[in-house]
Amino acid sequence: MTMRWFYYAAPQTFYGLAGRLWPWLAALALALTLAGLWVGFGLAPSDAQQGEGYRIIFVHVPVSWMSMIIYLAMAFWSVLGLTFNTRLSGMMTRALAPTGAMFAFLSLWTGALWGKPMWGTWWVWDARLTSELILFFLYLGYMALVSAIDDVRRADRAGALIAIVGAINVPIIYFSVKWWNTLHQGASVSLTRSPSMAQLMLWGMLLMALAMWAYTLAMVCYRVRTLIIERERHTDWVQALPEVAGAKA
Amino acid sequence: MNAFFTLVARDLRLAYRRKAEVLSALFFFVVVAALFPLAIGPEAAMLRQIGPGVLWVGALLASILSLPRLFENDWRDGSLEHLMLSPHPLGLLVLGKICAHWLVSGLPLVALAPVLGLQFDLPPDVLGMLSLSLLLGTPVLSCIGAMGAALTLGVRGGGVLIALLVLPLFVPVLVFGAGAVQAMQSGLGAQAHVSILLAMLLPAVFFSPWACSAALRIALE
Repeated sequence: MTMRWFYYAAPQTFYGLAGRLWPWLAALALALTLAGLWVGFGLAPSDAQQGEGYRIIFVHVPVSWMSMIIYLAMAFWSVLGLTFNTRLSGMMTRALAPTGAMFAFLSLWTGALWGKPMWGTWWVWDARLTSELILFFLYLGYMALVSAIDDVRRADRAGALIAIVGAINVPIIYFSVKWWNTLHQGASVSLTRSPSMAQLMLWGMLLMALAMWAYTLAMVCYRVRTLIIERERHTDWVQALPEVAGAKA
Repeated sequence: MNAFFTLVARDLRLAYRRKAEVLSALFFFVVVAALFPLAIGPEAAMLRQIGPGVLWVGALLASILSLPRLFENDWRDGSLEHLMLSPHPLGLLVLGKICAHWLVSGLPLVALAPVLGLQFDLPPDVLGMLSLSLLLGTPVLSCIGAMGAALTLGVRGGGVLIALLVLPLFVPVLVFGAGAVQAMQSGLGAQAHVSILLAMLLPAVFFSPWACSAALRIALE
């Protein structure tokens, strides 16, 4: 099994794998999103206190989870890149960043849409909201740094360092609700005790979370293919690809 | 250790010979602090309330101003490469540079802040806490900022990029630094905030030279 991992660590082989995977993942994301929205908006009961407005959590919670998980994934690839000096990990980090930034922005946006009817305000300077905002800034900082350095090798390594340093922020976001008891409520879903919500609501949320995972993986596969083909354009195997050779002819 | 003190002395001497660079950041701090009463209005109660936050934000922005020069001059004239080739551990040398940078750009802010605090009608015990929180907070800013400076060494648009990289990381220091002063002001006592500032200072001093060396190696390889 280990041999297989290193086999796909080469950009050339991963290009083919990502190309085979991404259409399936994209289709899976679409199916799961439709199922999740159907459960969330069609089947789940309305909330006793919040009425229908609570239904934004079917987007808000999975999106917020993904914004944190993607940053951790970037930190993971960065550690791999700095220790093993593999080319692919820098590209993976770079491919993850725009999706993560989008999820962080959506998390803030959907949170504001929920906050207005429930809290009576678009925004509060609460610990969790603020640290999610900082996470969004960290994504922007990473992308700005990486795009400012022309030498891709240096850009990847510098980006890896800032991604690792910024990863300190992720546990702060996750635990902020426990540490500072401010306006944002605690987690409704936990692995250690039974969830404090109706079964159908939970299913809707889990389906949406899986949909976001599939979407992220599809986007990363798609984007990393573009990065690979761009960086390896001088190699023979890229020139021999039917899509490259066909475009030239 | 000898190399450490030599490097600190050298950087201090260089800064002394280019006084304008140091003084302009200080002057910036004074001007920014003066802008707020002009924009918000001179009521003493309001100024007392916003004073700690304004002075902390001003000090933070002023400390960013001097960051791009931290490694830039040494990098341009090639002495940075000599430092990296020297037999002394790079982390120790980087720590020396960070110390010198703090002595030149952080310590004057600490000394100046209480004077500016008088303009915001802050009482003496609050002024003391302002100095203490800046004394503990500005070294953390220098440590985090040095990393940003090392990462953006020689990159186009370096100055703005440093701000974009390090400002999010400065947020916890700002929150607890300004929080300490506000806690003192409201009579709650600032012990918890000061402890957290210290808890940020120690790992920052320990890890920052290490991360900076890695960043410098990336920049110069």
